[in-house]
Amino acid sequence: MIQYVIRRLLQMIPILVGVTLLIFFLFTFFGEDPARVALGSHATPEKIAALRAKWGLDKPLIMQYLQFWREILTADFGRSFVSGERLSEMFKQGALVSLAVTMPPFIMGTVLNLIVAMLVAWYRGTAFDRFMSVIFTACMSVSFLVYVLLLQYFLAYKLDLFEINGFIPGLKGLPYLFLPWIILMIVHFGPDVRLYRSILLEETKADYVRTARAKGLSEKQVMFKHVLKNAMIPVMTYTVVEVPFLVMGSFVLEKYFSIPGLGDLLVSSVNTGDFPVIKGVTIMIAVAYSLFNLLTDVLYALVDPRVKLS
Amino acid sequence: MSVTTAPLNSSVGDSLGRRAWRRLKQSPLTMACMAIVAIYLLLAMCGYLGLIPDFQKAVGEPFAPPSAAKPALWLGLDFFGRSVLFKLIAGARTAMTLGILVACISLPIGLAMGAIAGYFGGRIDAGVQWVYSVIVSVPYILLIIAISYIMGKGLLSICVAMGLVGWVGLCRMTRAEFIKLREREFVMASRLVGASNMRLIFKHILPNVMHIAVVAASMEVMGAIKAEVILTYLGVGVQDGSSWGQMIADAPGELLNGIWWPTFGVSATLFLIVFALNRVGDALRDALDPRLV
Repeated sequence: MIQYVIRRLLQMIPILVGVTLLIFFLFTFFGEDPARVALGSHATPEKIAALRAKWGLDKPLIMQYLQFWREILTADFGRSFVSGERLSEMFKQGALVSLAVTMPPFIMGTVLNLIVAMLVAWYRGTAFDRFMSVIFTACMSVSFLVYVLLLQYFLAYKLDLFEINGFIPGLKGLPYLFLPWIILMIVHFGPDVRLYRSILLEETKADYVRTARAKGLSEKQVMFKHVLKNAMIPVMTYTVVEVPFLVMGSFVLEKYFSIPGLGDLLVSSVNTGDFPVIKGVTIMIAVAYSLFNLLTDVLYALVDPRVKLS
Repeated sequence: MSVTTAPLNSSVGDSLGRRAWRRLKQSPLTMACMAIVAIYLLLAMCGYLGLIPDFQKAVGEPFAPPSAAKPALWLGLDFFGRSVLFKLIAGARTAMTLGILVACISLPIGLAMGAIAGYFGGRIDAGVQWVYSVIVSVPYILLIIAISYIMGKGLLSICVAMGLVGWVGLCRMTRAEFIKLREREFVMASRLVGASNMRLIFKHILPNVMHIAVVAASMEVMGAIKAEVILTYLGVGVQDGSSWGQMIADAPGELLNGIWWPTFGVSATLFLIVFALNRVGDALRDALDPRLV
C-alpha cells in the first residue's frame, strides 16, 4: 500500500511538469503584459521596462520557469502583481470563501440525491421511473445561468426570502449563502440522480444480487443492505474527485453574487494579467486534483477487498 | 414454432444502423427531439443563406411587449427595439455552428489519440495519457480563456479552445475499447493474414467503436452550447451580440423592470435544444449499444 502511494506520488511529477509548461507557455507568450496592464495604456516604455525588471519579467525565460518551480517546491508564490498582497493569504481567504459556498450543498446534495436515486431505482422499469428520467433530463437541460437568474429573481427579489447578492464573512453572512446553496443543489440534482440511478441499476445486475434473492432475502434487504453498500464505491469515485473543484468554487456563482472566492480571483487575475495568481491557483488545483484521484483509489482498495493496488 | 420469428430473426443480418433506427422510431419523444434538432439546424442554415431578417435592425418601440401582429413581434422587442425572435434565431446559428465546429475538432482528435494509445500501448499510450492528464488537471475555464486570448475573442477562438480541450473524454473511452478489442479473435485473424497496423485500426477496430463517437458527438454539441452561454456571460465568448449568452447577461436588469419576454425566449430556446440533444444522445446510446440485440 505504502509502495503504491509512493509510486503514485512520483507519477504526479511528470503531470505537474506538463501543467507548469502549459501554463507558462500560454501566459508568458500570449497573455497580456502584466506591466502594461498595471500601468495603463499611457505608461512610458521606460516605466514599463522598470516594472518588468522589478517583477523579474526581463530575465531569460528558462530562469523564469525555474523560478516558477522554486515557488512550487517552497509553496511560496510571492505577491500579486496587482494588489501586492501575499498570495498564500489570498488563496487561504479565497478557498475558505469558496468552500463556504460549495461544501454544504455538496454534502447535503449528495445525500439527498442518493435517496432520490434509491427511490427511483426501487421503482425501476415502471412508468414512474420513465417519467422521472424525463424530469431529470429536463433538470439537466436548464442552463446554469438560467437557474441562477430565475431563482434569484423569484426567490430573492419577488418573494424576498433571501438576500439578493453580496457576501459577508463569518456567521453573519449566512443569509447571503442560502440562495447560492439552493442553486447549487438544484443544478446538481438532475445529473447526479441520473448517475446514481444508473450505478444502482448496474449493481442490481451483479451475481451477488441473484444470490441474495435466491437465499430468500426480501427486496428491501437486497436493495438497502447489498446493492446500496456496493454502489457506494462507484458513487464515491465520482464524488471524491469533485472536492478539488469545490475549493475553486463556482466561477458563475461567484461572479453573479459578487462572492470573493477563489474562482472569482482566478477569472479577474486572467483579465488583469496577474500571472503569479494564475500560476499559484492552477498549480494548487492540479496538485489537489491528482491527490484526490489518488485518495479515491486508496479508499477504493480499503472499502472493496477485491481491489488490489498495483 | 412462431415464437422466435419476428423480432429476433429480423435483426439477423441487419445493419447496426438500421436496427438502431428502428429502435429510435419506437419512442415518440425521441422522434420529437430529433425533429427539434433538425429545426434548429435548418434555422442555422437559413441564417447562413440570408433567409432570416437582420436581427440588428430595430422594428419598433424599445421593449414593446409580445404581440401576434407579425412574426417580428411574437416574442416582443429588446432595448433597441430589435426583435427578440430574430435575435434568438441568430443565436441558434451561432450555437449550432459552435456545437458542430467543436465536435468536428474534438472528435477526430479524441478518436485518433484514443485509437493509437489503446492499440499500440507502451510508450505511446503513456504519452497520450500524460497529455490528457495534464489537460484535465488544469481548470477547464482557464484553458478556454487563455486560448481565446491567444486567438482573439470570438466564435472561432472558443470553438478551437473547446475543441482542443473537449477530446479527452472520448479519447479515454476509445482507448479503453481499443485495449479490449485489439486482443479479440477477429483482430488476431486479420493480423495473421498480414493486415497492417493502419488497416487493423481503421478497417477492423474503429468501426466497432464508432457508436461511442456518435453518442459523444451529440453530447459534445450539447456541452459546447451550454458552455458558450456561460463563457459569453463571463466575458470571453461571442462578441457580436448574436449569442444567447449575451441575452442572458442582459436579462437581470430587464427582469427587474418587468421585461420578461427576452428572458423567457432565451431560456426556452436554450432549454429546448439542450433537452433535445440530451434525449437524442441517450436514445442513441441505448439504440447503438451492441450488447442489446
